[in-house]
Amino acid sequence: MRRKGFFLPTAALFGFVFLYAPIMSLIIFSFNENKLVTVWSRFSTKWYGELFNDAQIMGAAWISLQIAFISALVATVLGTLAALVITRFGRFRMRTPLMGMTTAPLVMPEVITGLSLLLLFVGMEAFLGWPAGRGMTTIIIAHSTFCMAYVAVVVQSRLGDMDESLEEAALDLGARPVRVFFDITLPVIAPALISGWLLSFTLSLDDLVIASFVSGPGSSTLPMVIFSKVKLGVSPDINALATIIILVVGVGIAIAFWQLRRGIKR
Amino acid sequence: MGQRRWRCVNDMSDTAHIPMRRAPGGGLITRVLSRFISGRALVIAVPLLWLTVFFVIPFVVVLKISLSDAAIAMPPYTPLFGDNWEFSGDLENYAFLLEDPLYINAYLSSLKIALVSTVFALLIGYPMAYYIARAEEPKRTLLLMLIILPFWTSFLLRVYAWIGFLSLNGVINNTLISLGIISEPIVMLQSDFAVYIGIVYTYLPFMILPLYANLVKMDVSLLEASQDLGAGPVSTFFRITLPLSLPGVVAGSMLVFIPAIGEYVIPALLGGPDTLMIGKVLWTEFFNNRDWPVASAVATVMLVVVVLPIIFLRNAQPKEPS
Repeated sequence: MRRKGFFLPTAALFGFVFLYAPIMSLIIFSFNENKLVTVWSRFSTKWYGELFNDAQIMGAAWISLQIAFISALVATVLGTLAALVITRFGRFRMRTPLMGMTTAPLVMPEVITGLSLLLLFVGMEAFLGWPAGRGMTTIIIAHSTFCMAYVAVVVQSRLGDMDESLEEAALDLGARPVRVFFDITLPVIAPALISGWLLSFTLSLDDLVIASFVSGPGSSTLPMVIFSKVKLGVSPDINALATIIILVVGVGIAIAFWQLRRGIKR
Repeated sequence: MGQRRWRCVNDMSDTAHIPMRRAPGGGLITRVLSRFISGRALVIAVPLLWLTVFFVIPFVVVLKISLSDAAIAMPPYTPLFGDNWEFSGDLENYAFLLEDPLYINAYLSSLKIALVSTVFALLIGYPMAYYIARAEEPKRTLLLMLIILPFWTSFLLRVYAWIGFLSLNGVINNTLISLGIISEPIVMLQSDFAVYIGIVYTYLPFMILPLYANLVKMDVSLLEASQDLGAGPVSTFFRITLPLSLPGVVAGSMLVFIPAIGEYVIPALLGGPDTLMIGKVLWTEFFNNRDWPVASAVATVMLVVVVLPIIFLRNAQPKEPS
């Protein structure tokens, strides 16, 4: 395998160009003064100014951030509980159904999840009077539900890797299970909880389909606003928004990898 | 072992005096409740109840509404049970799905588009995953980071990027015209071709990551042995590397194929009016035609025909230690 072939690097290069050419053009044309997104005239940052003055986009971004923050929190708690119950609670009657219910959302098409939750909310409103109308609450419930499945997967694999004898030792020494969880298990699985939260936050921030079904008037999320603008064609302020998002994510990932590498070296 | 012991200790805490010590201010109700509900049952109940209410029951509601008829009302369907609880549901909506070829074609076309996209994602993703897995260390992490980065940025904006790329006055057409290769712009947007590109593009990281995880673990000495025994690189690849990486191929393909079937955003933004995908059909029935019962029937059929086989397939797969 020492011999470096010709095919492999070329194919990989082609792949990376395929992945990055559209993103790069998105970034480059966000600094284009021309209203026609794809015709270059000269360098300008005016679309960034327009973006920040667009009350609709800014409002939707604020709603989306709030929803993503809370949903990620709820999903992390519920997903961790589900993972703990599945890996640590031995056999109990509802174990198999619970395992099915935590993995099924991962393969469920978004349109089905969205439609079914909306119909549930409408039915609940008719019978119980709650939730009254649809808005941020219903989006948070929907996002928490599909994100908790992802958290459960991440935390489950961490719990599987964890040395169970630590927990056993604590139990042997007389600590109660709740104490064992908070003093031993939680610190060990904390990195999985953080990545689960981040994953949920991103998934929630990114979701268009489910939010479109379960949102109500006045609770349009950022993807919903972007989608309605983009359906009419390209618009330069969306390029500016994309550039900001890519920059934030890029810096975040670079920091995460840098930390990871430092951790490995130590 | 650990599980059993955990339970033993937990059962001990069910005796009344321990919960009292746990909550010194706990009143009579707390004490009585703790006799019947153990902490263990409570921890099980929270995720179980949440998923039952917000994941399982919704499907029952979908099934119920798929049996009723559309009506001009809010909500826009007839009640399944009349005033005296007489049952008025029927399978009319399902018969309608069978009669109109649109729906069957949409299911088949979704499967075809998802399958073709998966094959192309594999063809593009495999060499990339292999290259990264064989790269030296600082470079490998960097390349891996470059694969993960698009995955964390907005899905919607990555699809949007292709509108600017493929449109009539988009980057590709402008470049080809200025190079003198073509004189008239080629129509690429709003076609099945654009949908294929969109799906392959957005799901490529899902294909590469499991493949990489598999290929990086592969024992290089096997490949060296094969070459020492006189096999060429092509023969080594097809007889050693590819068979060994099959679990990664299956995992990556599932991660692309499954979400691609129900895709709505990509056909809506990049596809043309005659791009048929079942997710788009369901969306149109619901939002444009406001026919909730037919949308529910489409969802039910999709669940039975598409999702359930996938779940069975996943469970039938031998588990790979991840």
